[in-house]
Amino acid sequence: MTTTSAPPSPPQPKRRVGDRVFAGTAKGSGILILLILAGVAAFLVSEAIPAITAPAEDIPGGEGLAHYVWPLIVGTLLGAVLALLIATPLAVAIALYVTYYAPRRLAAAMGYVIDLLAAIPSVVYGFWGLAVLAPTLVPFHEWAADNLGFIPLFEGPASSTGRTMLTVGIVLAVMILPIISAISREVFGQAPALHREAALALGATRWEMIKMAVLPYGKSGVIGGAMLGLGRALGETMAVAIVLSGGGAAALTLITSTNPSTIASNIALRFPEATGLGVNTLIASGLVLFVITLAVNMLARWVVNRRADFSGAN
Amino acid sequence: MSTDTPTALRSSTPTQGPVRVERRLPRFAPLGAYLAGLAVGALLSALTGFSVTSTLIYGVVLGTLAVYVLTRTVEGRRKAADRLVTALVTTAFGIAMIPLVSLVYTVLDNGLPRFDAQFFTNSMYRVVGEGGGAYHAILGTLIITALATLISVPIGLMTSIYLVEYGSGRLKRAITFFVDVMTGIPSIVAGLFAFALFTLLFGNQVRIGVMGAVALSVLMIPVVVRSSEEVLKLVPNELREASYALGVPKWRTVVKVVLPTAIAGLGTGVTLAVARVVGETAPLLITVGLITGTNLNPFDGRMATLPVFAYYQLTQPGTATQAFLDRAWTAALVLIILVMALNIVARLISRFFAPKTGR
Repeated sequence: MTTTSAPPSPPQPKRRVGDRVFAGTAKGSGILILLILAGVAAFLVSEAIPAITAPAEDIPGGEGLAHYVWPLIVGTLLGAVLALLIATPLAVAIALYVTYYAPRRLAAAMGYVIDLLAAIPSVVYGFWGLAVLAPTLVPFHEWAADNLGFIPLFEGPASSTGRTMLTVGIVLAVMILPIISAISREVFGQAPALHREAALALGATRWEMIKMAVLPYGKSGVIGGAMLGLGRALGETMAVAIVLSGGGAAALTLITSTNPSTIASNIALRFPEATGLGVNTLIASGLVLFVITLAVNMLARWVVNRRADFSGAN
Repeated sequence: MSTDTPTALRSSTPTQGPVRVERRLPRFAPLGAYLAGLAVGALLSALTGFSVTSTLIYGVVLGTLAVYVLTRTVEGRRKAADRLVTALVTTAFGIAMIPLVSLVYTVLDNGLPRFDAQFFTNSMYRVVGEGGGAYHAILGTLIITALATLISVPIGLMTSIYLVEYGSGRLKRAITFFVDVMTGIPSIVAGLFAFALFTLLFGNQVRIGVMGAVALSVLMIPVVVRSSEEVLKLVPNELREASYALGVPKWRTVVKVVLPTAIAGLGTGVTLAVARVVGETAPLLITVGLITGTNLNPFDGRMATLPVFAYYQLTQPGTATQAFLDRAWTAALVLIILVMALNIVARLISRFFAPKTGR
């Protein structure tokens, strides 16, 4: 900064030592964060390499890394996508309710109550899923096996404990609900008042106003929020580890007791007892999870930020 | 609402053909429809063994249907769609409340039996059956969370100062973007990172408290950065300019003017960040492990933490199963209380330490 080739229009203030140290520390912290993120990737890769290069028969299961990780990937995606399908419509409806339907004075409190769902630790969700939700859903599992069995997803035999992918999907849906609805609430609240009032002035009902002025405006925000929720559901560990009776093959089933486990829950269940190459294998599967969530999150942020660029709401 | 004006106009000009009076449902109609729906629902439910749940489900579905049909015949298609959506959106909110209420009720119900002094004063040292407590786990959680806060707050705060006061160009954009991305790192991956880091540094099988603190920091830093950044942006530029005009160097302006002005928001943000990581289980499970005795030194050996304690009490009960389950639920209850207390403290900070405006 000391060499000024540009015309010296404003006189450069004297750079004091304190200033330089402080600015340097601030900048250093920022760079440190980038280094941490890079470090996460680097250390995971370095610890995963032994598992990647090891001969197939040394990997737990005896058939190679890809064979070990594949069912886990299927399970992770299945649970997360199911959660997303359940949570997104509900979250959008809740966001609409809080922004445009709830009594004005209660709206903020209602938003806060929904946010409380996000504050509850995931291990407690696991407790709840195991003790309350799974037994409650057993009759539904049986009904689904009897009546929806022709759909491959709902093929029986129904689990008698309810510790299935379906239950996990619902628990995950509850957990990501506050994330999606918080972001949706934000973008719905920002919908231009002029558009909304114009729609109402033309005689639109409240739903027509929302359909014409709010939803088109908030669409990309909702998509971004849903993808952030997806990222959270993909990486959710404890709730899945407690609720799901996993360990099955890579099968797309929702209600049987042989479910594929998820990457995160598999690590949590196996890591404390793992040794040697088992640890490396688990870290390799963690690396896969890291890459998947990173991609989903980057895409989500890109979608959300793109909206911010041309929203003109600020 | 000028619904009577057009009708009045139309009725005053009878030559325009048939008078179309706007018909509206009386105000009590939706409520009545829902009550009727609930009544029929109770009847239907009674056919298959009465239960409150099925009555509510039948009632809401039938009531919504009745409102829709009524509105459709009386007020027309558009109003009917409007009411249908209102009903759906309200129901969605109600559905979201079910898990929250059910969860809080279950944890209270199961956790209160062991919510006693012994739980807070005893560890699990040499306890195989009943009795015992989470003294060691609560202290462990407090120590590790405090360590994580000590690591995260300076880094997070300085980064947000860089982003707001100094940053420009590509580095700023990169940091902003990757901090956002970092908020999405799964907690278990953060745990694996800490494990890999310490394995490379200290060799295999190392399990110490500070590993957990590092893992939690990875989760906490982005939260601190984001919340501090938002708050620092709110500090009015006039304050900075006034300070510069007095010849105060930039760094003293930040330390003496900007940070004190934003202190309430910073406190709130940090408290919420602590609340976010205090219940994290997965990273501690794989980095810190669990012991039954009390270890208060985060640089030597395994430590017990409350979430991991709760998890193992639930999943690996000994012979006295019920005693283990009770302790697990009480630990869950303490966790929830801890998180809620932090959330409330965060709100109080922002209320009481907010900068006095309008002097």
